[in-house]
Amino acid sequence: MIEVQNLTKRYGAFTAIRDVSFSVAPGEIVGFLGPNGAGKSTTMRILSCFMPASGGTAKVAGYDVFRESMEVRRRIGYLPENVPLYNDMRVAPYLDFVAEAKGVPRSARKRRIAEVMDRCLITDMQNRLIRNLSKGYRQRVGLAQAIVSDPHVLVLDEPTIGLDPRQITEVRSLIKSLAGEHTVILSTHILPEVSMVCTGVVIINRGEIVAQGPIDRLVEEFFPTARVAVEMAGPRAAVLDGVRGITGVVRVDAVAADGDGPTRFMVESARGRDVRGEIFQLAAQQKWNLLELRPVGMTLEEVFMRIVAGEESEAAVGASPLPAAAPVDGAEPAP
Amino acid sequence: MRVWPIYKKELRLYFSTPLAWAILFTFMLVMGFFFNLYFRFYTQMSMQMAMNPGMGRDLSVIENVIRPLFSGLLSVILFLSLMPAITMRLFSEEFKNGTLELLLTYPVSDTAIVVGKFLGGLSLYLAMLISTLAFPAMIWYFTPLEWGALASAYLGLLIMGAAFLAVGMFVSSLTENQIIAALGTFTLLIILWAIGWGAEAVTGPTGDVLRHLSVSEHLDNFMKGVIESRDVVYFLDLTVVFLVLSLLSLQRRRWKG
Repeated sequence: MIEVQNLTKRYGAFTAIRDVSFSVAPGEIVGFLGPNGAGKSTTMRILSCFMPASGGTAKVAGYDVFRESMEVRRRIGYLPENVPLYNDMRVAPYLDFVAEAKGVPRSARKRRIAEVMDRCLITDMQNRLIRNLSKGYRQRVGLAQAIVSDPHVLVLDEPTIGLDPRQITEVRSLIKSLAGEHTVILSTHILPEVSMVCTGVVIINRGEIVAQGPIDRLVEEFFPTARVAVEMAGPRAAVLDGVRGITGVVRVDAVAADGDGPTRFMVESARGRDVRGEIFQLAAQQKWNLLELRPVGMTLEEVFMRIVAGEESEAAVGASPLPAAAPVDGAEPAP
Repeated sequence: MRVWPIYKKELRLYFSTPLAWAILFTFMLVMGFFFNLYFRFYTQMSMQMAMNPGMGRDLSVIENVIRPLFSGLLSVILFLSLMPAITMRLFSEEFKNGTLELLLTYPVSDTAIVVGKFLGGLSLYLAMLISTLAFPAMIWYFTPLEWGALASAYLGLLIMGAAFLAVGMFVSSLTENQIIAALGTFTLLIILWAIGWGAEAVTGPTGDVLRHLSVSEHLDNFMKGVIESRDVVYFLDLTVVFLVLSLLSLQRRRWKG
């Protein structure tokens, strides 16, 4: 549904994204993940036909965003990061304008707008001036304008930013409910959001794609080991040595040495090899008290930190003569 | 081309804020004052003429009331300062609020956006012109009117306004600051208006070119009841040139991102 190939965007001397390639299958919700200034918004602005790329191609629903821009625009719903709305309009007339501009036929418009307002929970607000809406309601009006023409593809730039926890949950479940009939690409820098809402993830850093795929596969790829957190009361050095002796254990990291207290450590073993039984046996043999034995799942957060940190140390090794070229927060130029 | 939704949106935005009402109110108030002034002067004159029947023959209402009302210096100042107020928000507001980012992703061509916005501004201007029809109506109550000359004056005002609005929209497409857009438009319009004044001092073809570029020269013909194709073409040219410039400016902004 979305195919991006070698997409590049330069603003003067600054390269916002470089050779970005990824694809999104129909009905998928893909999280577009990266730190601030990584190039998320730039990519989405190109996908939504707001601005042309400097190089590479992007196709939405089979149409090129540059050469067949009108066809793409008919099939896409876009929510920019700061939710720009006409402050002096009321909600229902605003949605009517959007529906008409997007070519929703007159006969279907009224029903469609009522449907969308109902779905986004803004029916009560339909006669309010947009300037008087709270951030949460603005966000929902923004979502409503994106889906009012029932587009194939939704491009949502940071849809939950600035909302309170309850609103975040509501917006997330709304986005989730859009999956299947719509293909969604949403950007965020909140990692749990991706694991909660998305089926796949594309990670971007410094304008380049660093990882992409289904979430579980990424976790496996970047964490080839399984981890177990252990807390055991016993002589520190002996405990650590004992655990290291177990076959299949790759690595043991002491967590914190709090004096004479129990030893806490993290055991990493080859994936698919469960070492918990052996740890228990060891404790029983040595008569050490086993206080905790807990498998630790890998989170996307750790995947992300590992990838981004890896990138950064690589960059440091590469000794950049131009440190000012590093993208910083807010480096994305305003339109 | 989906001009209609853009046009409707512009009108809605004009009239849902105090802006359009403030412009209309100012315009009607000041024009009413001018009309009062000129019409009273005209009645006084005609009473004097009545004592001297030989002279009264050339005393035309169009010449002595309508013409100064619309193209006298004071009215010109009013027009030149209200035009920027109409056009300043057309693009600057969208840039400032970021709404352009959404508008440009709707299946509406850039040309439709420019034309829709232009027609929105033109409609507000048209409402201003219509409000002044009350003045000829009042004159007509007392004395017969030359309808042809009146129509000519209004046609001149209409196409002059269209040209001014196009200029203003172009300036608005250059900045996200509405005040700068208004000031820039005002300056440009004053130059367009007064460029012919310098022509007196310049002889030869340069003077002719300057005179031809000047808005005041062209409007004057309409006010005299003379519709000449070169005056019509002048205003239409000006309109089209600045509409195209607005379009280019919008597209440049899209490329800049």
